[in-house]
Amino acid sequence: MKVIVNIQLKEGVLDPQGKAVHHALSALNFKEVNDVRIGKQIIIQVDEIDRDKATKRAAEMCEELLANTVIENYEIEIV
Amino acid sequence: MKVSVVVFPGTNCETDTKYAYEKLNADVELVFHKDETLPNGTDLVVLPGGFSYGDYLRSAAIAKFSPIMKDVIRFANEGGKVLGICNGFQMLLEMGLLEGAMKRNASVHFISKYHHLRVINNDNIFLNKLNVNDIINIPIAHGEGNYFIDEDGLKKLYDNNQVLLKYCDKNGIDKNPNGSVDSIACICNKNRNVFGLMPHPERAIEALLGSSDGVKMLEGLLEG
Repeated sequence: MKVIVNIQLKEGVLDPQGKAVHHALSALNFKEVNDVRIGKQIIIQVDEIDRDKATKRAAEMCEELLANTVIENYEIEIV
Repeated sequence: MKVSVVVFPGTNCETDTKYAYEKLNADVELVFHKDETLPNGTDLVVLPGGFSYGDYLRSAAIAKFSPIMKDVIRFANEGGKVLGICNGFQMLLEMGLLEGAMKRNASVHFISKYHHLRVINNDNIFLNKLNVNDIINIPIAHGEGNYFIDEDGLKKLYDNNQVLLKYCDKNGIDKNPNGSVDSIACICNKNRNVFGLMPHPERAIEALLGSSDGVKMLEGLLEG
């Protein structure tokens, strides 16, 4: 089973990378862009067939290591 | 005084730190991150600067699980003195020994230069050889030094005098190189035995090389 974890800075936490990319897109004339946020995606292959169990374990991974919950949120998707 | 400097894969400031503390007549031991206990008689633990584990995932995210860290946490919780410099500061935040988190610099650039700092609080062993509002000049070198803490957390830091240094210009006016909340460069824990800062006092110990402003800070931890 494949677990996809998406990690993003929390709302209200300024994202310096997103801001820099936004600036670059504006310079390239993509005037419709009004915000850019950059996160990361972690793809994990697990030996588990129960979706709920896999989700629960992935949440533990996020809390312990994958995300810094002081500034980041995470979302878990099972494929 | 016995100083233990912990070395992780990717640490690169351990020799400077050892040199600085030996110059101050401390007995310094480099401790490998895979060791499970700190050397007997350790008075001060330094988590030095560098790029532990290549900064993979987040700065210092993986170092906190090194075997030695359980003993560092025990040492800190028992009141032992711990100093985290740069990557070491990031480790203290990741381990929860200090509050807050680090983000990429607001400019998204790695910054390496001398920077002025203003002393905000000196009622602690790290800065008690300096006076409040003293301005010192020591190097910074980081890509993720953009300190973040939420409003409640920030208020608590101020209420408990845990904000120790702020970035400033040569006249002491706040000047923010990396986007840190309130230009904060250095904090300590509530018990005043765990200290974290992004600037490098161990690189400012010889006037001939630009600055010796780091000496008083490093000395304070030996005497306190």
